[in-house]
Amino acid sequence: MSDSPVIADGALDATAHEHPSYLRHHFESVEQQADATNFAMWLFLLTEVMFFGGLFTAYLIYRNWYYPSFVAASHQLSIPLGGFNTLLLITSSFTMAMGVWCAETRRKSGLVLCLILTFILGLGFLGVKTVEYSEKFEKHHVPSYHYSLNSFLNPDSDEAAKAAGDKPLPLDVARHTEVYFSLYFAMTGMHALHMIIGIGILGFMIFRAQAGAYTSGHVTFVENFGLYWHFVDIIWIFLFPLLYLISRH
Amino acid sequence: MSEQVEHKEHEHHIVSPLVYLAILVALLVGTALTVWASYVDLGVWNPIIALAIACTKATLVVLFFMHVKYSSRLTKLTIFCGVFLFLTLIGMTLADYISRAWGQW
Repeated sequence: MSDSPVIADGALDATAHEHPSYLRHHFESVEQQADATNFAMWLFLLTEVMFFGGLFTAYLIYRNWYYPSFVAASHQLSIPLGGFNTLLLITSSFTMAMGVWCAETRRKSGLVLCLILTFILGLGFLGVKTVEYSEKFEKHHVPSYHYSLNSFLNPDSDEAAKAAGDKPLPLDVARHTEVYFSLYFAMTGMHALHMIIGIGILGFMIFRAQAGAYTSGHVTFVENFGLYWHFVDIIWIFLFPLLYLISRH
Repeated sequence: MSEQVEHKEHEHHIVSPLVYLAILVALLVGTALTVWASYVDLGVWNPIIALAIACTKATLVVLFFMHVKYSSRLTKLTIFCGVFLFLTLIGMTLADYISRAWGQW
């Protein structure tokens, strides 16, 4: 096809190709391209809602069936750490929104700064998560052959359970705490995976932003990544109260 | 044709950083509120309040950080469909479990 001598009508005219280089030919205008891309991003986010939605539905059912187990297990989580993580993520959403504003108003150094801040806050979130997860591994609260019921059968042997004033649980109730931790690792693990992917893309974007790719009128990539980042934040906004704040009184 | 294009350009509303700042503060206040509320014994209302606060925070993020308030009706309809589908997912699953052998797994 590339060595065909046929040339389309008007293709050699200087006026026939007046559009920004980022406008793909199957779109009528830049606005339509942006609208279509935005719509596609939202469709992807809806598939993510279904994805996490399944996990949330499982959580909903098991929490209602094994409520005392869930209460006791949730006392193993640290509210200061979880709350701090929530602050980090909400602030990163703010810096991401500011980044989109910088791209729209063509502030290149502002955009790069906002993306770097979002990156650092995201890494901070993962750092805190690592601390939390390693504690779970040490205490044998990872659903597996090595899962230990000790913290729930003898709460006095465990700092977190003792601080929450827990009473020893009957054996079958204690065994259901493993269900809580399965859901905990599945939901926060999936969330963390989404964070890692987002941080990876952020790294790429920082270099492209520094090269001026997003501050010359073509903000679609930054805008749509912003949608993804805010969505991951929304997931955490629901995860935090559901996992950490079940019952502390 | 050019009228349509110009009308579309007016739709690209740039949200002011002050709005973002206000939403950030609202989200942080909401977080503090939900942590505080979890330490107060409100019986059956605890999870309802926690979810209500979470839904409010999520709505603020969707409307302002994700620009949905300033987006086309197609975007708003798409999100509504997604939320509706999710609620249907939960509702139908619960309808199944509630009507047969709840809790016997």
